[in-house]
Amino acid sequence: MNDLVDFWLEHLPAMLDGLMVSVQVTGVSLAIGVPLGLLLALAVQSRSKPMRGIAIVVVEVGRGAPALILLQFTYFGLPNAGLSLDSFSSAVIALAWCTGAYTSEIIRAGLEAVPHGQKEAAEAIGLNHLDALRYVILPQALRVSVPALLGFSILMLQASSLCFAIALPELVSQAYLIGSTTFRYMPILVLAGLLYAAICIPATIAVSALERKLGAHA
Amino acid sequence: MTQDMLLTMVSGVPWTIALTAVALLIGVVLGIPLCAMRMSKLVVLRMVANTLILTLRAIPPIVWLFFIFFGLDTGYVSLNPFQAAAIGLGLITAANMAEIYRGAMSAIHSGQSEASMALGLSTYHRFFDVLGPQLFRVALPSAASYAIGLLKDSAIASTIGVHEIAFEASHVSQRTFRGLDVYAVAGLLYILLSLPIAWASRWADLHLRARVAR
Repeated sequence: MNDLVDFWLEHLPAMLDGLMVSVQVTGVSLAIGVPLGLLLALAVQSRSKPMRGIAIVVVEVGRGAPALILLQFTYFGLPNAGLSLDSFSSAVIALAWCTGAYTSEIIRAGLEAVPHGQKEAAEAIGLNHLDALRYVILPQALRVSVPALLGFSILMLQASSLCFAIALPELVSQAYLIGSTTFRYMPILVLAGLLYAAICIPATIAVSALERKLGAHA
Repeated sequence: MTQDMLLTMVSGVPWTIALTAVALLIGVVLGIPLCAMRMSKLVVLRMVANTLILTLRAIPPIVWLFFIFFGLDTGYVSLNPFQAAAIGLGLITAANMAEIYRGAMSAIHSGQSEASMALGLSTYHRFFDVLGPQLFRVALPSAASYAIGLLKDSAIASTIGVHEIAFEASHVSQRTFRGLDVYAVAGLLYILLSLPIAWASRWADLHLRARVAR
């Protein structure tokens, strides 16, 4: 047991560095992906046919293809098109695409939850389309979407573990590296799992508590 | 993209389907006792189930697969990549299916359970003849969307060497130094595979939904 704790303590700094990279790549992907999701949600409802078409393709490919394939596509595929990116940027592009596709559906559900009368009322008092969206529709729609968006953020932290495949030094890569040099895969993978669980379990409990709280007033 | 490259990638399709099917089967079956424990009257059982479900869902699939494939392989048990992937994904599916069952259970009107108790049906008949069939119908759409998610998650098994689509794709791309079209085709294959599941689920939902008491 002591031996295990020593092993963990010895490698904890490297693992925490990896966790930082995981959190960073998740954070940047969400910061780009959620606004992208909002744009896609609006574009899917747009009146212009080409815009709707493009948005639907972006959303369906982002949701339909595995995140791992998106990551490999941006990291190993884009260089063929003359665009070579480091693993962090590729990871951000792929995960932001994935985030945009999934959150556009979450936000669209939020937009649809706003009663139609709100839009008509905004039109009746003479707000233009943009103002109606900005002051009337979005504040209500986003409030409905918040729990689902937070739940999705937790899933994205887990999805960032796939960046292992494109050699980003995040938590799983660090664990694998330590495992392959010490031949002690089991303990280091347990530590990796514990670190993920230490973030994801409290976050999951907090999100479902928030969901219950918001649901109580609905 | 030559025919040879395409064929190599398509050869991964049966493995992807097999892995998804086996993991789904494990999850659908193990999800039942897990859900029963989660809804049990005994606090201890409830806590054990809760902890299991939270842990299985909080740790990324890739960590579970590595843990089972590299971690457990200490001489006592030796699993091939497919077995390790099926067990790992199957356990994660069980946790998610337990939550889907629980959600479906709360969607069934409590009068159904009360009525079967009033009729004096045994617990067995209450679950298997009254609640079970309705549960199946209510849970089907969420289970189908989970199955599509699982199909995509099965790509993770390529990292431990299961010869499925993502594995063949990275193999072909390394051999030919082409990534753009290879990964695009791989993504397309996954999308094509998920279409029949979505279609079948919509069809089944339409035909089975009518027989749930409101």
